[in-house]
This record gives sequence, structure tokens and C-alpha cells, in this order.
Amino acid sequence: MLEVQLRHRFPGFALEAAFTAGPGVTALFGPSGCGKSTILAAIAGLFRPDEGRVSLAGQALLDTQARRFVPPERRRCAVVFQEGRLFPHLSVEGNLRYGLRRAPSGAEGPGFEVVVDLLGLGALLGRRPRALSGGEKQRVALGRALLSRPRLLLMDEPLAALDTPRRAEILPFLARLRDMEGPPILYVTHALEEVDALADALVLLEAGRVLAQGSPDELSLRPDVPLAARRDAGAVLSCTVAAHDAARGLTRLAFPGGTLEVPLRREAPGARLRLRLRARDIAVARTRPEGISIHNILPCRLVAITPSAQHPDEVLLRLRVGEAVLLSRVLRDAVARLELREGDEVFALLKAVALDHAPG
Amino acid sequence: MMEGFLSAEEAQAVWLSLSVATRSVLVSLAPAVLVAWLLVRGRFPGRFLLDALVHLPLVVPPVVVGWALLMLFGVRGPIGAPLEEWFGIRLVFTSDAVVLATAVMGFPLIVRAVRLGLENVDEGLEAAARTLGAGRWDVFFTVTLPLMLPGILAGAVVAFAAGLGEFGAVITFASNVPGETQTLPLAIYTATQTPGGEATAARLAGISFALALGGLLLAELIARRMHRWLGRG
Repeated sequence: MLEVQLRHRFPGFALEAAFTAGPGVTALFGPSGCGKSTILAAIAGLFRPDEGRVSLAGQALLDTQARRFVPPERRRCAVVFQEGRLFPHLSVEGNLRYGLRRAPSGAEGPGFEVVVDLLGLGALLGRRPRALSGGEKQRVALGRALLSRPRLLLMDEPLAALDTPRRAEILPFLARLRDMEGPPILYVTHALEEVDALADALVLLEAGRVLAQGSPDELSLRPDVPLAARRDAGAVLSCTVAAHDAARGLTRLAFPGGTLEVPLRREAPGARLRLRLRARDIAVARTRPEGISIHNILPCRLVAITPSAQHPDEVLLRLRVGEAVLLSRVLRDAVARLELREGDEVFALLKAVALDHAPG
Repeated sequence: MMEGFLSAEEAQAVWLSLSVATRSVLVSLAPAVLVAWLLVRGRFPGRFLLDALVHLPLVVPPVVVGWALLMLFGVRGPIGAPLEEWFGIRLVFTSDAVVLATAVMGFPLIVRAVRLGLENVDEGLEAAARTLGAGRWDVFFTVTLPLMLPGILAGAVVAFAAGLGEFGAVITFASNVPGETQTLPLAIYTATQTPGGEATAARLAGISFALALGGLLLAELIARRMHRWLGRG
């Protein structure tokens, strides 16, 4: 368990954040300049806040009141930086072994071979960092951090410097990392797709403050949180791959409440994945439409109608399908035309091709 | 091979110059790295004064530097007297004095190059090393120092090349004793003062020129190699 409580005054900006992070991936999510990287630096010991307390598994790493400041090299919080920060004078292997050589002898963690395998670094070991592509650099940086046997893995926008195809290349590695029994991960990002793909818990930051904290599924449904106001906002659904139908070019996904048909996916049947169903992609009908191209027609109950704070002519509809909740963004006018009321039984309509944007 | 071309005395001057330049660079390196580090990373009140002090030999006439050394390290000087009394070391008019004078004159050259090298070191890499479990000294020796190496080597070669030709400070502090303190430039000077010494002066000047030029070219070559090695090329 990581407990963080920080206060720092910058000229024209105040950071005042408190949150906790458990096992798995906790994403610190917010716009650029909201203070998320500063928080990460303070946890790593690379930045001294005016006031604060950081403790990991009950041990204080920073406590300004008790005048305690554990230097970064004794915190064992490895960082994966946005720019990789590989040592240019060492080979890939030298970089990977740098942290491993300095890890305490009792520390547990995956061995050199395991990490090289996990991240596909075997062919790169003899190379210099300058001979690596951006994606390869980040994989080495990831391996180097992991091999230092950290008690906490800090990632500071590790994919932000990469283009979209590179990002898609690294994301599965990060997911694999999350799924092994590793240290807790604190993941700083401003990309929603990374939150969807990786985060078990979410801390929303804005202007140096924590707006909300919780599970991504829960937070993406809260209309008071700016996550729901984004154009790509929507509910996040945890699904399992039920079956592939290659002849028809589609995959059936099961979720607690029904099934979804989406364009053919690469994951094997049984694989778990998270899908963001964007609110603007979901339409609502009073009766089950017929003679329509839409694949997904889900009977559901309209549980709430919330006016959108950012767009006065729009509302967010909250729809319950079994145990799952979907969000639909429609015009205020649509609610009036259909005479929608909370408690009504309606059909949620979702085009299959609207779901081909998810990473993975 | 030298014997056919140079007299014994001339060859000795060439050797002494090479040896003095090498030793002066070797004794300067560690302090130069320390001073450069203080100038780049240090946050203390006397930083500008230290900067000025280090650069003084570049702007003060070398004879004045020699004179100052004579005052400090002379037999009755505040450093020279205790050195002789406690350790029996007498610097003046020895080859060690030549090394000291050459080192002081070359010091700003090394510091400047090392400083440039250090300014090129990304502090982010040092921060990364610390999060991987390396303490301050560990980081210095395994990250900072290797990354400064191009600057250190460039400074060493330039100071070496310049050290071969140091004249004013040497002749003032160490005098012009053939075989003991008579370096290449001093030998050239002596030759020009001697009737019929023109040929000697020309030969020695040619050697001096070749050594200096070779040193500068070597510095350039090393700098390029190092930058490529560090992936900055």
C-alpha cells in the first residue's frame, strides 16, 4: 500500500494531493501541467516537496514533519521515464544489469533471462541505446526498472514520446507486466486508452488537486467528473472473448449483462479485455428496431438522465444492462421527442465498427 | 634516431618537455574535475570568485604567474618554507617546479573543457541511476564521469599541447637549467641568444610546431570518437 500526501507551492501553482494506491496498476490521470509528474518525482525522492508524507508498505519514505527523507537510491522505487533515459555509454545488457547489480541480495523479482524474454530483448542485448528505436528504448527502460527489483514501479508517461503504432507495440508488454506477480505500479498518463488498457485504479488530477479516486469503471460513469465530459468519454466494460466468427469477420464478447459483437479481434477466446463504449457512439430506441445494420441492440433500463455540464444542449443517459452500466450521449431534444423518463425500458444501439478503436 | 638529428642537449629538452607536459596534465586532472564540478553544480557564495581565480592564468602575464609561484613556493615563501622544513622538498629550479608552473598555466584549459563536458551530461540520467539504487558517488563514477570523458580527454590533450610550450612561468619560477629545467621553448630561446644557434632554433621550433599541431589534431579525433561512442555524433 502506497500512501501519498503532498503540498508544494510553485510560483502560480499549488500542489495539494493525497491518495493511496494498492496492488496492481494505479493510473494518475490528468491534463499536462496538473502536477502528476511532480507527484511521481516526489515519491521517487527526486523532488522535495514543502510538506508531505509518503509511505510504502507502512515504511515512511518522506515525512517532512519528522524530518525524514529517504534518498532515492534507498527507496527502491524504480522509474520508467518518458524519454527512457538509458545510459548512452552502456550496452543494452549493461543498462539492464545496472539496477540488478545494485538490488539488495534478498530482494525478490524476476531474473535477467525472464525479463529479457518477457520484453523480447534477446536480440538487442549487445546494442547501444542510440541504435534502438523509440519503442525498443522504452522496452529496455522497462526491463532495467523491473530488474532493479523495485518495491514500487513508477511510470512517467512511458508511451507519450512514441507514435501510435509504437504505442500499440508496447502496450501488450505493459499488460503482461501487470498480469505477472510484480510490484505495484503507479502509472502517470494523460492518454485515456492507456488507462482503459492497464489501470486497476484511477486517481484523477486537475490543477494540482485530486478530483476523484476509484476504479476506472466506476469513475467513467460519474457525470460530475471531467472524464465523462470528454468527447471520447464513455463506460468501460470488462469483457471476455467468447468466440470468433471469422467467416462473418466478427468476435463475440461476453460481459456481465449480455454479449457484444465487435470486429474480429486478435485475442484468443477466454482472454479478458476492457472496452470503452464511447457515450457518443450509443443511440437509444424505444422499440427494437428492425431492418437495421447495427449489430448490437441491448435491452436495458434507463436509470438516470443527467444534463451535460459542458454542452447545454446534450444529456448523458445512464443505462443498466444486467450488471453493467452504459452511457449514452444524446441531444436534449431526443429525450423530449421520445419522452424518456428514468425507469423506462429502452434499447441501446451500438455499431460494431465503433468498437475498433480500442487498443490491443 | 634522435642522436643523428639533435644534440644530446636538444634531445634532453624535447624529452623534458614531453615528460613535464604529461606530468602536469596528470596532476591537474583530478583537481580540474573537482573544480569544474563545483563551478557547474555547486551552489555556494564564492563560486564566481573561484571561477575568476581558475581563469586568472589565462589573462595574467605568465611571468607574473611564475613570480607568484616563486613568492609562494620559494625557499622563504609561505608554502615553500614549510615544505622544505618538514619534508625536505625544495621545488625551485627543479623539474618538479617546471611541472607545477606548467600545471598552473594549463589548469584553466582543462577546467574549461571538463566543464563543457559536464554541462553536456544530462542530469536526468543521474536521477535515473539513483532510482535504480546507485548512491551519489556510485552515480558519479558510473554515469557522470564516463559521460564527461570526452571533455576530460579534450582538456587533457589541449593542456598537454599547451604545456609543451609553456615559457614565461617556467623560466621565472624554475629558471633555465639545461638538463634540469630547460624545456623545448627555453632551449629555443637559449639558441636564439647564442651566436650560430639559428639551425638549432629552427630544428627545435619545427619539433615544437609538429608536437603542438599533432596534439590539437589528436584532441579533435578523440572528441569525435567519444561523441560517436556516446551516441551524440
